[in-house]
Amino acid sequence: MIPVAFEYKKVSSVEEALTSLASGGEGKLLAGGYSLIPAMKLRLNQPALLIDIGDIPALKGIREEDGEIVINAGTTHNDILHNDLIQQHLPFFHEAAKMIGDEQVRNRGTMGGSLAHADPAADWPALVLAADANIELAGTSGKRTLKATEFFTGLFSTELQENEIITAIRVPIPAEGSKSVYLKFENPASRFAIVGCAVLRLPDGRINIAFTGVADFAFRDAGAEKAVSGKTMDDAAMQEAQTAAVVGVDILSDNFASAEYRKHLAKVYLKRALQAVM
Amino acid sequence: MQIKVKVNGVDYTHEVEPRLLLVHYLREVLHLTGTHVGCDTSICGACTVQVNSKPTKSCTMFAVQADGCEILTVEGLAPNGEMHVLQEGFKEMHGLQCGFCTPGILMTMTDFLKNNPDPSEEDIRHALKGHLCRCTGYQNIVKAVQYAAAKIANREEVPA
Repeated sequence: MIPVAFEYKKVSSVEEALTSLASGGEGKLLAGGYSLIPAMKLRLNQPALLIDIGDIPALKGIREEDGEIVINAGTTHNDILHNDLIQQHLPFFHEAAKMIGDEQVRNRGTMGGSLAHADPAADWPALVLAADANIELAGTSGKRTLKATEFFTGLFSTELQENEIITAIRVPIPAEGSKSVYLKFENPASRFAIVGCAVLRLPDGRINIAFTGVADFAFRDAGAEKAVSGKTMDDAAMQEAQTAAVVGVDILSDNFASAEYRKHLAKVYLKRALQAVM
Repeated sequence: MQIKVKVNGVDYTHEVEPRLLLVHYLREVLHLTGTHVGCDTSICGACTVQVNSKPTKSCTMFAVQADGCEILTVEGLAPNGEMHVLQEGFKEMHGLQCGFCTPGILMTMTDFLKNNPDPSEEDIRHALKGHLCRCTGYQNIVKAVQYAAAKIANREEVPA
């Protein structure tokens, strides 16, 4: 499958990428390419200009800063998987990275690319939501930071504007004694989530619950959180959370799973996730 | 656009269209047809090569993205005509079967063995996730990798 012809430009800084984006024409950012290139091959996406941000040094790497883990947007899934800070402070990010795609996908795909693409079945959206992460964006008119909970707006849609680029994901280090987990029921071929559930239990009793794969975009489940937050996590509380979960959500239905089956899976995976953080 | 790449130790400079996929560059420009096109949808792993030592699906990368990179294909695994120990494993353990998926698996698993010299069966199966074998004979592929791991570790025992 051959994509429509396009112009290609490799840039070496965020500023250069922004200038290219603003230069008119239909520029599209290319990071790992594992979502964009398949879409281009199917001609679902036909950018006139590809701006390759895959080799921008400032977009790589993970560091600890002011009680946060800062993951630069161009960091690959494999670099996250094998990072000591992630293993130490964000074990559920480590687990999730291991479950993304396969070795080849993890070698090329990036966290920023995954968030910008906002595939309804991608893993990272659930993780950044559950972790209350902030997403840093740079644009021609300056920088801004959005809460992950404000970022996703629809199917493959986010608050990211056409002239903006994700530069980093800032994840608050969970307080000592926190427990976290990410579980997913995966499509065995693509390993995208049919249902993915990320849970972070903080020592003050708050429990953050996020789902991916269930609806048009990943979301925090306020109903389920309310049912278990600050409560003794017994069978009754868990059952209440299961009852409250994915209520009022327009659940996806496709050839992999019907809406009814997905709803069932969401409740099953929520229970397993809650049991794991007990 | 002009690209410069090093493939299996040899330097090449070519003028390519940006939309040319790396796998088509390797097969049709360099005539290195050991790298196969399977599903062409980024799933099956038959087209896997190593780009700067990292297993990569060459159907999901444009040749222009590889500018300045070192690429290793299956043709580069046996530079002196002597099989890589994993190739030997595939031969001894009947891991090839129809052979279509083999080059891609070799490129992922030679890298895997470098980083995991003493893998468990679970580790091997996890590493193989990016490869589809439609002969469905993963058993012998796992044995081939175990054979190579045992050889590398200089151990006597070879999986039965």
